[in-house]
Amino acid sequence: MKRTIPLFISAVTGFVLIGTAFIPQFVDWGNDAMAWFNLLAAFAFILGGGNLLKMQLQKISAQQPGWGYAAVTLIAFFITLYVGLAKVGVNPSVKFPEFAWSGEFQEEGSAFWWLFEYIFYPLSATMFALLAFYISSAAFRAFRAKNTEATILLLIAVIVLLGRTYAGVWLTGWLPNEPIIGSSGITYSDFHLPHLSQIIMDDFTTPGMRAITIGIALGVASTSLKVLLGVDRSYLGSDQEA
Amino acid sequence: MKQSTLIWTLLMVFGGLSLIAIQLFRDKGEVYVREVPVEGKSSLPEAQEQTYRWSTYKQVSEKEKGKPGVSFSLSRTLGLWVAAFCTLAIFSFLYGDNPLYKFTEAVFVGVSAAYAMVVAFWTEIVTNLFAKLLPGYARMSFLPDISEDVQSDLLYLIPLVLSVLLLWRLAPKGTWIARWPLAFFIGATAGIRLISYLEADFIGQIQNTIMPFIVFSADGSLLWIQSLRNTIVIVGVTSCMVYFFFSIEHEGVVKYISRLGIWFLMVTFGASFAYTVMGRIALLSGRLDFLFNNWLGI
Repeated sequence: MKRTIPLFISAVTGFVLIGTAFIPQFVDWGNDAMAWFNLLAAFAFILGGGNLLKMQLQKISAQQPGWGYAAVTLIAFFITLYVGLAKVGVNPSVKFPEFAWSGEFQEEGSAFWWLFEYIFYPLSATMFALLAFYISSAAFRAFRAKNTEATILLLIAVIVLLGRTYAGVWLTGWLPNEPIIGSSGITYSDFHLPHLSQIIMDDFTTPGMRAITIGIALGVASTSLKVLLGVDRSYLGSDQEA
Repeated sequence: MKQSTLIWTLLMVFGGLSLIAIQLFRDKGEVYVREVPVEGKSSLPEAQEQTYRWSTYKQVSEKEKGKPGVSFSLSRTLGLWVAAFCTLAIFSFLYGDNPLYKFTEAVFVGVSAAYAMVVAFWTEIVTNLFAKLLPGYARMSFLPDISEDVQSDLLYLIPLVLSVLLLWRLAPKGTWIARWPLAFFIGATAGIRLISYLEADFIGQIQNTIMPFIVFSADGSLLWIQSLRNTIVIVGVTSCMVYFFFSIEHEGVVKYISRLGIWFLMVTFGASFAYTVMGRIALLSGRLDFLFNNWLGI
């Protein structure tokens, strides 16, 4: 019951969705399964919120170190949840003005929009922007042209980085548009860093990306089959669960 | 607290206060909006002539200050200052972990969790579950544009039950029941991914690699640049695949081909690294632009 039914559910769902690609009669079932999948994903967000609530409350009740920050998290969580669910400051839709709840929940000027625009977006963008410093310092410390492979990686990274900025234009912009080897068509200006960077992106990174993509596809297909056939049951967790 | 930490903290606090004072004195960091009147005619047949009026506000540039219909927005100005505070508080982590950073981090966790929940509620739960199960109630409340012919689809009781079982995970006992919706989720993911990855990423990529080594133009002349490009791609993909093939020992010819594959992979990694750095720097410049342009008005 605890393990057999979940295995049956995952196998049936998976094979029905695979069947939609081969059997036209399965297409409607596949669409339904996709809609249910999206609904479950939405409920997973609620589960995530509930879990966050549980963990923070435990932290506060046990007065663990930093419990004050847990309280701040909870306050921010409840305020956002309230203004979002209650559509605070949202006007009704122009087509249906007598329905107070018919407006868009992210309407410009609403409280939820304010939270997104002035708190959520600046915080998330700055968090990721912060990585620019760490990624640069880590690269500076770790990158050494010790062998051929490391030298290639370093060289390509420098060319692409410079080629995608104004520095590339500034450094190599003076190269004349004159042929190098007779009438072969290659000119000095072909070695402009932005142009070299484009050639690398178009011709030299494509093979590597393609091979990696093929490898990922094979990995996903084999893992999916292992899950559907019940060979891989790790997602069920242990039998010790309450 | 160490003496150096105290000095840095005092310097940062003093710097922040000075910045606020300068901003207030310079009359910068303000947001102006233009009032846009909205008029809506009743959609109910019994109240056809009734008209509803309200206003929305659109942000305008500071240059339009003083023009008719343009007014100072306290909420958005406050928002601008809050956003600047949040940005600076996160940047303060570069100095080291500090209470200001921890505070904004806690706010970020709370807001982002609730944000995801709210978006999921309005876009999925209301639109695709509530409206499917109870279309009449949905029409009278949140979604008045649902047609009156729409009947409730009882099949959607299944995802509702599965969702309740999923939330059972938070209960102290019987959490194993949450494996059923999880199994549906995993099975659906596996089914969707198996076909889509094989179709787009496996067959699609191989198909794109099958191309001529030598390319001729319509008049029969050799297009050697295009031929060289095709050759690089075919040789590159083949050598990378040989490198990934571990069922044979990498000796002799295979060793040299796989070595070439490693070089192609190094080129890819180098370019990907450069792109990642560029992406982060673009975000950083966006934040600095916000601070200097939108907030400080420099």
